[in-house]
Amino acid sequence: MTSVRFVFGGKVVALDGIDPNMTVLSWLRTKVNKIGTKEGCAEGDCGACTVVLGELTQESGRERIRYRAVNACILFVAALDGKQLIVVEDLRQADGALHPVQQAMVDLHGSQCGFCTPGFVMSLFAMYRSEGQPDRARVNDVIAGNLCRCTGYRPIVDAAMAAYDGGRADQFSRRERQTVELLKSIARTETETLALEGAGRRYFAPVTEDALADLVKAHPEATLVAGGTDVGIWVTKHHQDLETVIHVGGVRDMDFVREVDGSMEIGAATTYTDAVHAIAGQYPDFGELIRRIGSVQIRNAGTIGGNVANGSPIGDSMPGLIALGATLVLRLGKQKRVLPLDQFYPGYRQTALKPGEYLSAIRVPLSQPGRHFHTYKISKRFDQDISAVCGAYCLDIAGGQVTRARVAYGGMAATPARAPQCEGALTGLAWTEDAVPVAMRALAQDFAPMDDMRATARYRLAVAQNLLQRLYLDIEGGAPTVLAPEASGQGMGA
Amino acid sequence: MSRSRKLTSGVKQSLPHDSAHKHVSGEALYIDDIPEPPGTLFAAFGMSEKAHAEITGINLSKAKAAPGVVAVAAAEDIPGDNNCAPVFGDDPIFAEALVEYVGQSIFAVAAETVEQARRAARLGRVTFKERKPVVTIDEAMAAKSFILPPYTMQRGQSSRALSRAKHRIQGRVEIGGQDQFYLEGHIALAVPQEDGDMVIYSSSQNPSEVQHLVAHALGLSSNAVTVEVRRMGGGFGGKETQPALYACIAAVLARKTGRPVKARVDRDDDMIMTGKRHEFVTTWDVGFDDRGRIEGIEFDLAARCGMSADLSLAICDRAMFHSDNAYYLSNVTIVSHRCKTNTVSNTAFRGFGGPQGMVGIERVMDEIAFTLGLDPLDVRRANLYGGKGRNITPYHMTVEDNVLPELFDELEKTSRYRKRRREIESWNRTSPVLKRGISLTPVKFGISFTTTFLNQAGALVHVYNDGSVHLNHGGTEMGPGLFVKVAQIVAEEFQIDVDRVKITATNTGKVPNTSATAASSGTDMNGMAAKNGARTIRDRMAAFAADMGGCRKAEVVWGYDAIRAGKKRFTFAELTKAAYLGRVQLSAAGFYATPKIHYDRDKATGRPFYYFAYGASVSEVMIDTLTGEYKVLRTDILHDVGESINPAMDIGQIEGGFLQGMGWLTMEELWWDKAGNLKTHAPSTYKIPAASDWPEKFDVRIFERGRNKEATIHRSKAVGEPPLMLAISVFSAIGDALAGACGHQISPDLNAPATPEEVLLTLEDMRARLSAGAGLAEAAE
Ligand SMILES: Cc1cc2nc3c(=O)[nH]c(=O)nc-3n(C[C@H](O)[C@H](O)[C@H](O)COP(=O)(O)OP(=O)(O)OC[C@H]3O[C@@H](n4cnc5c(N)ncnc54)[C@H](O)[C@@H]3O)c2cc1C
Ligand code: FES
Ligand code: FES
Repeated sequence: MTSVRFVFGGKVVALDGIDPNMTVLSWLRTKVNKIGTKEGCAEGDCGACTVVLGELTQESGRERIRYRAVNACILFVAALDGKQLIVVEDLRQADGALHPVQQAMVDLHGSQCGFCTPGFVMSLFAMYRSEGQPDRARVNDVIAGNLCRCTGYRPIVDAAMAAYDGGRADQFSRRERQTVELLKSIARTETETLALEGAGRRYFAPVTEDALADLVKAHPEATLVAGGTDVGIWVTKHHQDLETVIHVGGVRDMDFVREVDGSMEIGAATTYTDAVHAIAGQYPDFGELIRRIGSVQIRNAGTIGGNVANGSPIGDSMPGLIALGATLVLRLGKQKRVLPLDQFYPGYRQTALKPGEYLSAIRVPLSQPGRHFHTYKISKRFDQDISAVCGAYCLDIAGGQVTRARVAYGGMAATPARAPQCEGALTGLAWTEDAVPVAMRALAQDFAPMDDMRATARYRLAVAQNLLQRLYLDIEGGAPTVLAPEASGQGMGA
Repeated sequence: MSRSRKLTSGVKQSLPHDSAHKHVSGEALYIDDIPEPPGTLFAAFGMSEKAHAEITGINLSKAKAAPGVVAVAAAEDIPGDNNCAPVFGDDPIFAEALVEYVGQSIFAVAAETVEQARRAARLGRVTFKERKPVVTIDEAMAAKSFILPPYTMQRGQSSRALSRAKHRIQGRVEIGGQDQFYLEGHIALAVPQEDGDMVIYSSSQNPSEVQHLVAHALGLSSNAVTVEVRRMGGGFGGKETQPALYACIAAVLARKTGRPVKARVDRDDDMIMTGKRHEFVTTWDVGFDDRGRIEGIEFDLAARCGMSADLSLAICDRAMFHSDNAYYLSNVTIVSHRCKTNTVSNTAFRGFGGPQGMVGIERVMDEIAFTLGLDPLDVRRANLYGGKGRNITPYHMTVEDNVLPELFDELEKTSRYRKRRREIESWNRTSPVLKRGISLTPVKFGISFTTTFLNQAGALVHVYNDGSVHLNHGGTEMGPGLFVKVAQIVAEEFQIDVDRVKITATNTGKVPNTSATAASSGTDMNGMAAKNGARTIRDRMAAFAADMGGCRKAEVVWGYDAIRAGKKRFTFAELTKAAYLGRVQLSAAGFYATPKIHYDRDKATGRPFYYFAYGASVSEVMIDTLTGEYKVLRTDILHDVGESINPAMDIGQIEGGFLQGMGWLTMEELWWDKAGNLKTHAPSTYKIPAASDWPEKFDVRIFERGRNKEATIHRSKAVGEPPLMLAISVFSAIGDALAGACGHQISPDLNAPATPEEVLLTLEDMRARLSAGAGLAEAAE
């Protein structure tokens, strides 16, 4: 296969020789004159470029289409292969009438300057096609990745809910069977690796892990892309040329969450959206943390594998994974090895991956009685922000005593890192309120954080210490937070 | 027949935004969406990497040779004036000898694609000899680095009153800046015409200014340049003066290449290159009586203006004009320092200095209350304008239209303020980690440009002989629904449905010498000008109908699509057709100049404002004393818009303004390093509010008894800026929660933005002060 094929405007589009570094947003706006999709930031943070992808999926034995919102500004065109692309211009009904989400936005005054509006409409459309009547909290989550500077969001949230008033049928549900057939016609078989050349650059998208292993080994210099939510920005903001790209995101046998030998194993190509449910089932706090990673659009594309492999000191999943004692399955050709995550980062943005090696899966020990896990993210804005500090704690408590403690932080050092002094101080300690100041003092020995635009060193250390107090309260029956003040049983009079 | 019905799409109707259906379908065209003329080139910018340096060399040969590049331009390529400043002539289009902020433009590249241009721009080599930069207000004050002379407003004798007052306190608050963060970044498209003329499509609130600056940059007179803007993807003041830079660069490159040039700036570059809301450091010295009534006050406002004057004179003046907010200050001195720093030149942003002025006095109210152990609401009430001899502002204008006492009464009741304050106090006693706080704050905002001559507007109305109307005026549409409101006004005047009024792009060729759409004045001024234009045509048509019907003009009855003159009856279309055949001119220019206003800046006295807009809000917040995180639990707003022309649009302004103000005072942090680099220059690092930041409970009401005492358009009031300052109640409530966390014994030195970090560290400092105080008390025993 040498051309990218996807369904667009009710037809299959096949593109030959497309530049592997070209984004969907740039293709839409400059190649096919679809100017409804806007650029507000070109880094995945504002949602003005939101488009919806339709993908084949099985639902109770039937072939269905799953609709998900993504950021076109950091999505490479090549990643559309095998999918349906839906943009705002596609939403009007055949008779020219507005789609219910569009009509609700008009009726309830959901737009002012209108520049953010197509993006909101697409986020709401994806929700409308995928789930039933939402409440306010759900809508807030669905549009957390869409910024509006004009409205205050209230009318948009109202519109999101009102769109459901007339039921959920639209031209997409009516055309679903035809679209399924179109998507089936472009689905690649197991052996069909997409091998694309354009603008002097190469792009490979294998379907199986074995094919991936061979490709990565053969092209150790290649850039791996899973969801591209980190890599996309290297192109749009840092103006890097990615000469050879290997797409991990479409490898089917790396897209899973399963239980193996007392561990939950997460394939490196699994998106947050697909992994969050299983993770939350084991560790509810981890589920809530993932809900606060990026936005719906980012979580629909981004992977935990990419988060781990990227190795940012402020990546949010790593403190939790380190605290839980997660291990990584790394593969080079046919060779596999397993490495504890806390040994994966030799230094700032460095990993232990060898040339030709890649991350295959992440193994997370299952929850067990007596083991307490909590993770907290502190950022300027609750939703869709990068952490100033992210703390994670896994304590085994037996007979009122801490028998084992693993504590890890992001934002406190050059890599996500354990806090050995704090762990040491906690281990063997009686689990009472008096343990907290002991742990806090020890933590101050572990880290010498930095001042930067997200936080000062003083705040980082102070809040990292105070989170130990929150941990104590949480284990003792629920720490109250401003998001869940009722956790402490204190009702709100207001 | 339509004749028996009434017009339902005139004024005082909640019509949808005229472009709403185009917004939601992606059909609304912004400048980057206009089909590019054949041969269009794309511009990218070479920027200074230094905050303060002499340019020792510029080598553009590599950029010139890069793939796709057609031209490069630097200062020497500008045919006319190398200037894009609005007032003082101090903003070069391209820096020549000196750079004064990181991001200052030095050269530009035009290439066949955006990507080629951006890559080529990175190949330009500029060498510098660095000088020491002045970055912060404190540094500027210490170095006496000012861009404009200081300015003082005075009334009474503050120093005497201070020394006599029973209570006296001093304080300081730092108020951060704010990026406008319009979703559509800056953009201009320059299209060369015959005779060297230029047509510019610019995302600008101020097309006339763009026109004049482009003309002078090209060495042309203004009549050779036409600027058009249909809509902006947000402006908020950020597109009042800043678009000129991009328009001038596009025009210079278009002139040089003879091809159309589009200059669209990437988000990061937009945030680095263009001005923002001014940071302020405000200090005060205030004396008051036992009830908290202010007897004397002195304010010192230091503003970071950046490297040039831009609009800083008027912005800093407006901060002073609002340092009283809603309160009578009998003996008052306000001094303003306009600091020059090696940072981007700060500019207009919704409120235009007013918000910073208000934050100072509102903090003073809170501090007085904490000092006296009073409810801050009672202190605010005690100081409100009103009562005998208590209605003169520090600039000697009489406040004649104050509705705040009524607003306070109503809002205090509907929000259950008193009851909730008691509940919060008892709740705080039982809650060790979380603390709540509440605050009610007012807004009194002066409406008019304080630069008096700007208070003029023009419109152009055509009625075609089929009865359809073409409407044009000097105002620009950046989101608030200005166009639909003015169309409603014209529909009302002609008594026809609004969909017969075609709203057209703002164009300097149709209405000349316009003022920026700013100072909340868009509807007030352009609505009035359009009304005047429509009225002229209607008068002519009525006179013609009277002739036809054989009656006097005064006897013509002008109803909804039904005009009766004697025995004759016409629909609007019938009458237009007849009038056209009768050779009546069906086109008119309308004009409006705001009456009554004047200001003597040398004496700091006058009536700079036609009227005031009022509002008040109550916010309740909850803070986490472990992390400094907080949540706004509930906000109640009561706002006076006079008689609303379009309540739906006005509610939109109130809500959007409130949240934008809340972003400014809570999470939006502009963070500069010591060398003058802005490190929060994209939405990944600069956080504006998201949907979940909206208060959990929210109640907004338009003040029903509101009516403008002045003869404004349909007795409405401007609503663009005032609601932003309703968010001060959130900032003040966070302070209240902090005070509550310390048993209301000391007041918080909370600075804005009150990020979680600011909240937690303020709390730590308060606790340290408390225990130091307790230690002292013990030692004394
Ligand atoms: C708007 C926005 C918000 C964000 N918010 C957050 C947040 O809140 N918290 C957070 O932690 N992160 C956040 N991120 C960063 C990013 O989304 C995450 O790091 C994400 O998990 C990356 O996954 P991905 O699949 O998109 O990775 P990609 O971008 O595809 O890849 C990331 C890196 O991993 C490498 N890689 C990918 N897969 C493999 C593999 N199988 N083997 C070896 N190397 C591999 C790539 O080569 C690259 O170096 C945000 C990003 C954006 C744009
Ligand atoms: S343009 Fe902002 S998220 Fe894509
Ligand atoms: S309507 Fe302007 S940004 Fe949302």
